[in-house]
Formats: sequence, C-alpha cells, structure tokens
Amino acid sequence: MADLSIDFAGIKSPNPFWLASAPPANTGEQVMRAFDAGWGGAVWKTLGDPIVNVSSRFGSVDYDGRKMMGLNNIELITDRPLEVNLAEIRLVKKRYPKHVIIASLMTETKEDWRVLIQKCEDAGVDGLELNFGCPHGMCERGMGSSVGQEPKLLEEITRWTKEFAKTPVLVKLTPNTGDILEPGLAGVAGGADGLSLINTIKSIVGVDLDRLVPVPRVGSGSSNGGYCGPAVKPIALHMVAALARDAGVRIPISGIGGISNWRDAAEFIALGSTSVQVCTAVMHYGYRIVEDMIEGLSNYLDEQGMKSVNELRGRAVPGYREWGDLDLNYKLLAKIDPDKCIGCQLCMTACHDGAHQCIFPGSDAERARPPHAHAHGNAVRPKTYLAGKLAGDRVPWIDEPECVGCNLCQLVCPVPDCIEMVEVPHTGKEETWNDRVAQGRTKQPGGIHD
Amino acid sequence: MTSLLKKDRLETALPDKKPLYSSAEARAEAERCLYCVDAPCIKACPTEIDIPTFIKKIATGNTRGAASTIFDQNLLGYSCARVCPVEVLCVGDCVYNGWGRDPINIGRLQRFATETAVDHPAKNAAPLRTPKPKIGKKVACIGAGPASLAFAGYLALEGFDADVFEKRSVAGGLNTTGIAPYKLQAEDALHEVAWVESFGVQVKTGIEIGKDIKAEDLVRDYEAVFLGVGLGEDTKLGIPGEDGPSLTRDDAKSLGRVLVIGGGNTAIDVARECAGLGAADVAMVYRRSQKEMSGYAHELEGARLEGVRFVENAVPHSFVRDAGGKLVALRVSKAEGGKPIAGTEHDIPCDLVTLAIGQSKLRSLATQFAGVELDAKGCVKADRETGKTGNPKVYAGGDCINGGKEVVNAVADGRNAARDVLAKLSKGS
Repeated sequence: MADLSIDFAGIKSPNPFWLASAPPANTGEQVMRAFDAGWGGAVWKTLGDPIVNVSSRFGSVDYDGRKMMGLNNIELITDRPLEVNLAEIRLVKKRYPKHVIIASLMTETKEDWRVLIQKCEDAGVDGLELNFGCPHGMCERGMGSSVGQEPKLLEEITRWTKEFAKTPVLVKLTPNTGDILEPGLAGVAGGADGLSLINTIKSIVGVDLDRLVPVPRVGSGSSNGGYCGPAVKPIALHMVAALARDAGVRIPISGIGGISNWRDAAEFIALGSTSVQVCTAVMHYGYRIVEDMIEGLSNYLDEQGMKSVNELRGRAVPGYREWGDLDLNYKLLAKIDPDKCIGCQLCMTACHDGAHQCIFPGSDAERARPPHAHAHGNAVRPKTYLAGKLAGDRVPWIDEPECVGCNLCQLVCPVPDCIEMVEVPHTGKEETWNDRVAQGRTKQPGGIHD
Repeated sequence: MTSLLKKDRLETALPDKKPLYSSAEARAEAERCLYCVDAPCIKACPTEIDIPTFIKKIATGNTRGAASTIFDQNLLGYSCARVCPVEVLCVGDCVYNGWGRDPINIGRLQRFATETAVDHPAKNAAPLRTPKPKIGKKVACIGAGPASLAFAGYLALEGFDADVFEKRSVAGGLNTTGIAPYKLQAEDALHEVAWVESFGVQVKTGIEIGKDIKAEDLVRDYEAVFLGVGLGEDTKLGIPGEDGPSLTRDDAKSLGRVLVIGGGNTAIDVARECAGLGAADVAMVYRRSQKEMSGYAHELEGARLEGVRFVENAVPHSFVRDAGGKLVALRVSKAEGGKPIAGTEHDIPCDLVTLAIGQSKLRSLATQFAGVELDAKGCVKADRETGKTGNPKVYAGGDCINGGKEVVNAVADGRNAARDVLAKLSKGS
C-alpha cells in the first residue's frame, strides 16, 4: 500500500485529505468525528471576531436529477466566541496529536492579526491559513476577497502575519481575479509558506421564479454568494496548475475546488497540490467519503507503481503547454463499437448541430455532405460498417475524412467505452503553431484581406 | 350517469395498477430519459407522439408543454397513457432495454403530463387547446369510441361542427365499457369524452343509423362521415347450457370459482380483474397451450403473479347445471392442436364462466353507406393511411377496419382521416 503521508511546509499529515475551512470544520466535535473517519487534517472554520449570520444561507445547482453539482453560500466566518473555538482546538490537538489542525484567520488591523495568531498558536495549531478569499459579506467590510483582489494589500498583510507566526502561514487565494499569478506571487513575496486555492467564486446561484428574487433568499432579498462544488473543479485545476508551473512559486499548494473523490484529488495532486481540501462533498455526503478517497488513491498509486503520493505530485504539470506549442499534425478519429451502441444517436445530433457534421445514420450507405463541409461530394459508409447487436442499423457511422477528432461524440455517448478516439498514424513530424510563426507561415487562405 | 354505469359497480373498488406519479416522481423518471434522436419509442407509437420531447418538458417543469406535445399527435393521450400496452409499444423499444437498464416508464409520464395539464392546470394557464372560429362545415361520426372522438376532436379544433352519433347510452366506446378498470375506470373515460366535447364536439347518444337517421341523409348533409363503429356483440361458444342465469353481472358480487374462456388480452383482463376482485379461484381455459395464447407476455405474467391458473389444451364441451339451472361446472374436452379429443370430457367445477373469445363484425351497418365495402373478414375496407372508403365522403377507422386493435391505433386512424379532410379542404376540392 502506497504511503499517503505528506509534509506540507513542515506540517506533517497522515494523508493529503483535509477538511476545508467551512461548516464541516466548525466545531471540535465535528473535527474529531472527521478524524475518526480518516481525514488527515482540518482547516478550522475561519476565526476572528464572531459574526451574525442570516437565514437561509445556501443555494445549489442541480443537474439532471443529481443534486448539488454546484453550491453557493452566504454564510460568514465563525459565529462562535474565539475562546470556545480555541478550547476545542486544544482538546482536538490533545486527543489527535498526529492530525493536522490549521486555523483559518480573518481580521483587520495588524494588532488584531498579532493577537489572533498568538492565541491560535498557543492553542496548538499546526499552521495558519489567511482567508483572503471569501467573496461575500466579509469583503464588504474590507476583508476576505477584497484583500485577495489587491495583491499589494495581500502581500502586506502576509508580511505582518509572518512577523508574528511561529507556525507555517498559508495564503488562501480568491479566484475572483483576472490572473491568479498576481495574488499568488504577492503571497510568495509576503513570505507565505504555502498557498491554498481556490476559495469560492462570486456568484448568484439562481433566481426564485415565483417570487422573482435571487436565491438563497433572505426574506425579500438575496446577496451574491461564493460558488463551490463539483462545477468549479475545472476552474480550480487551471489556477492550481498556473501557480504550480510558475518558477516564482516554490512553496506547497493546498488544492481546493470541487474535490469529491480520490480521482479529483489525484488530479489536483498531479497538477501540483501537496494537500487537498474538501468541503461541498462532505456537506453533501458526510465525512465517510474519505474512506474511498484514501483507499482509491492508494490503489491508484499502487497500480501506477508509485510508492508514495509524493511521486504523483506535479506529474501532470509538464503536460500543460501553451496552445501554440501543441502538435498540429496529431489526429484522432472517432470509432463506434457497434455491439456496445444502444442506438440513441445522441452522437449524431451532437456532431451535426454542435460539431463538424460527420456522423450519419447506419441505415444510409451514402449521405450528401452538408454544403459547407471541408470535403465535397457524398459521404460513403465505410466498408467496415457493422450493424450492432443491440441497435442494428441505428448504429451510426463516421464520415472519416470529415472527422476532426474533437471528442464531442464520445462525451455525449451515454455508454462507457462505446466511442473510442483512435489515433491516426502520425505523419512523423510534429509541427506547432509557434513553429509556423517562427517560419513565417501563419497565413491561412480566406483571411480578412483575401 | 346511465344505468350502464351504476355508482356501486364492483370494479370501482379496484386499485389503480399504475397510479399517477407525483411531480417529484415524474421529474425523477423524466430525467432518466436519454433524449434519443429519431427515437425508437416514437416509431413504436402508432400515433408517433414525440416522446423524448414531452419527457424533457416534464423534466424542466413544463408540464403543460409536455401535454401539448402529446395532444399534437394524440388527442386521446389521456386515456392512451393508461390503456396502451406500452411494454410492446414505446417502452418495449426504449434503448435502455438493450443495455439491461429499466426502460423509461413512458406511459406513466404521459399520464402525469396529460392528467396534470387537463385536470390541474397551473394558475392562469392558457387552455391546452382552443378551437378555431367556425368555418361553416360539418362532419359526422358514427360511434363515439376513440377513433371517432379523435376525428371529431381534431376537426372541431379546426372550426368544423362535429356531430358524433352513438347507439348506446354512453359515449367513449370500449374506453368506457371495455377497459380493465385497474387501468382506466369508466368515469375517467367519460371525463376524457367531456374534454373532447369542450372543443364543441356534439355527442348524441341513443341514436342508431338506419333507424333514427338514414345513412344517405348523413352523406348528403355532412362534409364527411367517419365510421368508427367498432365491433359487434361478443362471440358465444354455441354449446349446450350456455344460456343461463349465472352469466349475469349480479352474480359477480360473490365471486367464487371463475373460468375465463379465451387466451387473448381481453381474456387476461377479465381474469386479472376477477383475481383483483377477490375471486376464490381464477383459471383461463384455452384450447391450445399457454405459449400459443395471443395475449401479451407481460400481461400473462401479470396474471400468473396474481394467482390466475391456466387450463391448457381444453375445449369447452358444455355447461353443467343443477336442477335449478345453477351453473356447477364447465365440461371440457382435452385438446390437441386446438381440436377436442373425443371421450376425454371432464368437468371443471365453477361458479362463473366468462367468455372472451372475440366480437362479431357489424357487417350491416357500414354497408348502409353507398360505396363502402367489407373485406372477406367483414372489416370495412379503408385506405390504411387516410381511412378513405369506397365512398369519397366516407372514412372509417378503429376496430371496424382492423378487426380489433389497441385504442392508440383507433386514435391514429381517426386523426389521419381528420388530416385528410383538412388536406382536401385546403386543396379546395
């Protein structure tokens, strides 16, 4: 079994799975249950001066019967007295000395930061996470994302905290910014020991169409919230990867954003995360999901021949290229397995209306190509066409000369492994757009001035 | 309510086998639909309802739109949702079947859409259908079953005056009097008739062609006449002892041992209904093996699960009655290849025998219309696409042209004939 333990800027954790600073890490009782379930660490619900909350606080996006594809909240930081939180932190650290407790912090003046950090460290936390991310409520008071969106301010406050902190300081970044590198590098410049990202995305999650008020509704009104959950994972992955590959970022990253299972976690780690933080999936299904996360990640590492999760970290980072460095001569073709096809023909309509018009019904041996098709004349069913066991001649066929290898058919196909994207033998020579730029061959026929 | 439909009818107590979905159930089921392109379920529907489209509308909460999509193709989608043998039609062709997943419950979704939109419209919802202004042309239908109601309904919506003449005292045809009540109760069938009447269709019951109105008068006075007359009387066995007191409806209140003669879907309906009503024992008696029964496999399986027994390879010989004329047994012969074997007669004790061995053809009714012909089986000869008969003003559809099929086939016939009338009108001929 692969070793899942990590060292995050000197913070040792039995595994990379941490609860994110959010309702699941609100109290000591919760955090202890989470540790019992297998979580390696918890970033405590943000501490500061207790706030007042509203009702309701959450809204979600459901998709085709699945609940909470995306979650939005307008809840603020802890509403409990600091001393109560600190007493619970002490107790948890005493009972679970090998597990990680990081205090998420949010306050205003330098003196506030000094006192807050000292009290937390006295309670025994393993590290500090500066909440420069929340895009709702607290930002209206000059905290949260209003700091994260101002790199100079972020750097300054980070520097203050580093003056006072004895434990590692993580800066939690907001994605509500044009270029994540700016706040990320500002954190580095301020002396941060690690970066956590992403915090939630500023959002209106929906509108109550009967009352014509956005949700979540508080009486007759609503406010923008912070969006998270599976829907934001791609945005988070991009931002984590952008920081991970930047030469200026030489500190560990704690990946956050829509992580629901070991696969999501493995992707964040492969793009450079050292630990991962989870909130929405726990809010949906409870702490128990960590069992599969631990087991699944461990099995995956074994299968990949990796002895430690540290071997996975950053392995997909070099796979990222600028678009201009992609091989223009690499080609894929869609291939439908006739015996797996159930004949829904979703691929066909997706290709015709949403892609490149190269999939036709099995019953047609020949089809007129649409007039705008790249190649003219009729499309002819390949001689290799086979009717399917389940779908007969409802199995569509691919007009191969027109297939651009875009993947859309495979993405819409409901049957796993029914459509495969097959590599066309390579011409042998890679060529990128940047190669063409270098050779002055960027002009395609049919341009603006032709 | 007429005497045919007394309030205390026994079958009104039967529970609905496929009850109305709640909106949460409907949405969950609708969201399972893949939304296939050129979907096989559409092709399997005799009225070609755009099933994936109406299901997606349910999934988005557009129930009225879903019902509208259904009524575009099938004005009687309300009853068809409940009486269609979906297992052998749309649901049977759902692509999920091949994949080993449960197919979409299309019938129940259709019921949800139509019943909700018709009976529980949203606040301020526009009517599902509004008839166009009258165009001063009128059509007549003979028989008030599904075929005629579809024909009359579609044309009434296009501004025709549509008169429906029904010999019996109740409208709705077999939907009212012949559907297993655990699928559709007579009151619900009449509710649908009332909905079609709300488009301006005039249903006139107790009117017999040839007696109350002459066929030639109808052809003269109306733009078009539609024959949706269905089939005639139930076929009898013609064996000794058949006519007797125990075959009346009233005895059904204390169902003892019931024998159902026949192997078709009507026989299964009767057997399942008797089982549901608490009969002590129900057996289907068929002259061939169970495998050769013409009833749908899923219905036979349903009957079996409800405790219906099968007496195979048995041909009724005679009804055995005691001195008072009370039925005590059915005497049957063993059979081979459906033919009785002499000397094998034996008695099956029973309290009630019901016959479900087909209906006769109404040969003399259709032929009162000049130019209308019958085929060798006694069915009205009509064009399959348009319902046109030998008389250019007379159309026919439903059981009287196909010898007895589903309600949905009758609706398709009536609708197609209506479309032909409209096409003729737009051509100005």
